[in-house]
Amino acid sequence: MSAIILFLAVIAVIAGWWLSQQRLMAKPWLEEGPVGDFPGGDTMTWPAAKIGLGVFLAVAGSLFVLFISAYSMRMNVTDWRALPVPRLLWLNTGVLVLSSGALQWSYVAARRYDVEGVMIGLLAGGASAVIFLAGQLLAWQQLGAAGYFMASNPANSFFFLLTAVHGLHLTGGLVALGRTSAKVWRGAEAADMRLSVELCAIYWHFLLLVWLVLLGLLTGWTDDFINICRQLLS
Amino acid sequence: MVDIPYEGIPGIPPAEVPDVELYHPRSWWTRYVFSQDAKVIAVQYALTASAIGLVALVLSWLMRLQLGFPGTFSFIDANQYLQFITMHGMIMVIYLLTALFLGGFGNYLIPLMVGARDMVFPYVNMLSYWVYLLAVLVLASTFFVPGGPTGAGWTLYPPQAILSGTPGQDWGIILMLSSLILFIIGFTMGGLNYVVTVLQARTRGMTLMRLPLTVWGIFTATVMALLAFPALFVASVMLLLDRLLGTSFFMPSLVEMGTLSKYGGGSPLLFQHLFWFFGHPEVYIVALPAFGIVSDLISTHARKNIFGYRMMVWAIVAIGALSFVVWAHHMYVSGMFPQFGYFFATTTLIIAIPTAIKVYNWVLTLWRGDIHLRVPMLFALGFIITFVNGGLTGLFLGNVVVDVPLSDTMFVVAHFHMVMGVAPIMVVLGAIYHWYPKVTGRMLNDALGKFHFWVTFLGAYLIFFPMHYLGLLGVPRRYFELGDAAFIPSSAHSLNAFISVVALTVGFSQLVFLFNLAWSLFKGEAAGGNPWQATTLEWQTPETPPGHGNWGKELPIVYRWAYDYSVPGAEEDFIPQNQPPRATQVVQGAAS
Amino acid sequence: MAVALILLLVAIGSVLFHLYSPWWWTPIATNWAYIDHTISITFWITGFVFVAVIAFMAYCVFRFHHKEGRRADYNPENKRLEWWLSVGTGVGVAAMLAPGLVVWHQFVTVPADATEVEVMGQQWQWSFRLPGKDGQLGTSDVRNIASDNPMGLNRDDAHGQDDVVIENGDLHLQVGKPVKILLRSVDVLHDFYVPEFRAKMDMVPGVVTYFWINPIRTGTFDVLCAELCGAAHYQMRAKVIIDEEREYHAWLGQQKTFAELSPGNTIVKATYQSGGK
Repeated sequence: MSAIILFLAVIAVIAGWWLSQQRLMAKPWLEEGPVGDFPGGDTMTWPAAKIGLGVFLAVAGSLFVLFISAYSMRMNVTDWRALPVPRLLWLNTGVLVLSSGALQWSYVAARRYDVEGVMIGLLAGGASAVIFLAGQLLAWQQLGAAGYFMASNPANSFFFLLTAVHGLHLTGGLVALGRTSAKVWRGAEAADMRLSVELCAIYWHFLLLVWLVLLGLLTGWTDDFINICRQLLS
Repeated sequence: MVDIPYEGIPGIPPAEVPDVELYHPRSWWTRYVFSQDAKVIAVQYALTASAIGLVALVLSWLMRLQLGFPGTFSFIDANQYLQFITMHGMIMVIYLLTALFLGGFGNYLIPLMVGARDMVFPYVNMLSYWVYLLAVLVLASTFFVPGGPTGAGWTLYPPQAILSGTPGQDWGIILMLSSLILFIIGFTMGGLNYVVTVLQARTRGMTLMRLPLTVWGIFTATVMALLAFPALFVASVMLLLDRLLGTSFFMPSLVEMGTLSKYGGGSPLLFQHLFWFFGHPEVYIVALPAFGIVSDLISTHARKNIFGYRMMVWAIVAIGALSFVVWAHHMYVSGMFPQFGYFFATTTLIIAIPTAIKVYNWVLTLWRGDIHLRVPMLFALGFIITFVNGGLTGLFLGNVVVDVPLSDTMFVVAHFHMVMGVAPIMVVLGAIYHWYPKVTGRMLNDALGKFHFWVTFLGAYLIFFPMHYLGLLGVPRRYFELGDAAFIPSSAHSLNAFISVVALTVGFSQLVFLFNLAWSLFKGEAAGGNPWQATTLEWQTPETPPGHGNWGKELPIVYRWAYDYSVPGAEEDFIPQNQPPRATQVVQGAAS
Repeated sequence: MAVALILLLVAIGSVLFHLYSPWWWTPIATNWAYIDHTISITFWITGFVFVAVIAFMAYCVFRFHHKEGRRADYNPENKRLEWWLSVGTGVGVAAMLAPGLVVWHQFVTVPADATEVEVMGQQWQWSFRLPGKDGQLGTSDVRNIASDNPMGLNRDDAHGQDDVVIENGDLHLQVGKPVKILLRSVDVLHDFYVPEFRAKMDMVPGVVTYFWINPIRTGTFDVLCAELCGAAHYQMRAKVIIDEEREYHAWLGQQKTFAELSPGNTIVKATYQSGGK
């Protein structure tokens, strides 16, 4: 459970930092008066959707980190047989990086109000995300063909489970991406379009980060990394 | 982050919201059924939660019949008994209390109390309710599937939960886990709303330290729930896969009814860690809204500011944070690494300190107050007694070595019913008496309310206080019948029968409350906008019940904290939060 | 004032119930009186806080309930009072926690001279195993379980041959001899629970858990299962009998070893010599 505790500690630091700006030490009963007399404690200036996405990423992050916690506890049992990671995953990773890059491009274009650039970025990002998902399914099929089934070993179970959860999150993102594309297609107002594209890009970067962490975990790199850290500490 | 200024002046939301930004219902269906108005969603949540809660109440009667008079009721067998306790616990903790406090009170009170027109994502908010309803329906459907609902206990511990020695192994457990997964998805949608509304949609002047404690409690509980529920989600998904696909996340090699099962290597303790990583914060997810609401009830009806507001806020935040590092105190006798006991006992007992501060501040608020013993105040007093009692017995169970003899006995059952059953329900009932006038525009009947309070409070205390002593004696929990055991005297059986009789009485007295709710809706005394002369914003709406968009043309502007009761020099004994200061009136703070 | 009086009566009634309750813990049969003492300390501290808080509340309700013309004080906070109360609470908490942790240390520290006994739980019965004269329990695995080997002992392990296996019987322990009770389950979670022992621990399939006791008096005690284990959870019973040394060895002499119970008896019969003296 150390992974989730570490994750929550990070969340706690962010929350604590924010709270420290909110004048929690103030004596509110002495502070009667109109708006603006007492600085600090204002509402957040970001749009609601952006804060909402931030909170959702914390929730989704917590979900993935809990899966990772479970993974690291379960893998210590002797029946664990790591499965060979299909080479296809490297290709998929590349596609996902492209997808993330395309959305970043789209966001940059949105800041310039370059509608055409936005559209190209969104479509390229969406298409490469679909290719990524197809690639993941193909990887599943390869593993299945090679005899690595879901229930035959906990390492396999976790592989399928983690990739499925990640894929479902990406699928959900594709729905949002579709709505954003439709909005841009119909011709949205500049600020609205910029916000929607920005949120998509943030979500994509988040899922890319999650994927890289999961990949590290599934290929065993993380183990080596932790072992090195442990050796350095001891 | 990129800091591009978005439209509007940073920090100050426009007081006047353009009409187009608000969602408007166009038909009866979108006004009352598929409504995106948080107030309607709140009522939907509350009604659904209460309905399924009544089912859980009836289940508890059946359990008490069996425990009080074993062998008398042939229609209850051992399997059904386990199914009753499982469904009772699961419904009460998750589908009733969590949904009612956050989905019900959260939806109704947050936008009104922070001075917003609605939740920030009304559509997602509506979706949240419908997913919750679906989760409840899936849960309820398990009563009608072959094999019936699961009887694994509300903790759903594997391996037992998915093996054939447990009732409901077929459909019951699968639907139970599916329902939990749905509930969590629905809750996350709602939770995003509650959090972001508090962060982003507070009206002008509503700084965090001017928020009523109700909002602090619900806000903190929601943040905790958003971070803790994923643990239950993970556990449920993995257990479901173990059951459906034969994976071995939690299932070790074992012999199922004489034959070696296909499972191997999994760790039942891993499930327990995940479950309680959610399960312990869950206790405070129910408790913190209750803390917040009861603070406001006491302050309003004692006509006195809440004592030590700042400490109260800090305590809520501290409890919220600490509750994530105490989960394994539910696992002292689970067979986990014994050295963990030191750490978790220490953190658990430390959490008692901020909790105790809250209790002191509630009773100190009464000191030199002007206490109106109206029904909401009576329930608040009932809450303090039951919560202090249940909290103190928590110090037994949190102290690792004391927990060893008491765990899995009726002492535990009595403790958690007192502290997270009776105490929060006291607050729920008090809060309903308090806010019913705002929701409906009519007062609940006072005489019926007082009768309801005394029967419920004294009855619940008579049920659960003596039950601790059965546990001290060693009577184990989750027993269909005690059978022959030399250490259980016959007087213990008499006590069980007594508890059952009281439980049925208390249960039936709730009919008086239901009658009151229905009768007052039509015949209750007209309430007016602010019957309790309270300061917080929800009582200052231009209409009662509040109209769509809450505030008419302009949002309120807040000039003071939420507890300006009996301010020296003021004419009235309360000053609403949105009342501008007068030049002559200078508050000489009585701070020392 | 009726309300204040009833609130006070709830507190007083609770204390009286506590003092005169006929339902109290069972007479202890092991060395874990320390646990009872810790519970007593906790009762004293929490009882005091309970009565103090409720009495104060009742007094406030009595003294400050609404009358025509009363106006509440305006008193946002009192830093010093709040600090004193916090510190006082901290001291009270420490007074309960410190003895608790000390006793927990004893609880998890098994004395070196403790002998081992194994308890195995399965749906829904108990089995017991004692080491033979070699003083060691043989290894076991659920995969070995068969009708003629219900505890799943390893037939190739020499240590296991002389183990005393008790199926559907009662467990006997010797008074005054510390014993480490190893706990094992072959299907679901169980919990070996003897109220008079105070100590208990879950049994988890795939893991061996333990606790230790030193029986201090003879007698016959009920064994119950304290972790929900399925439909017949409430019927999972056995008895533990604590004997004087002589009776204990007499009982032990009548028990069968694993080798004796094995079909065919191809392996050399290892009869258990009572006491090994």
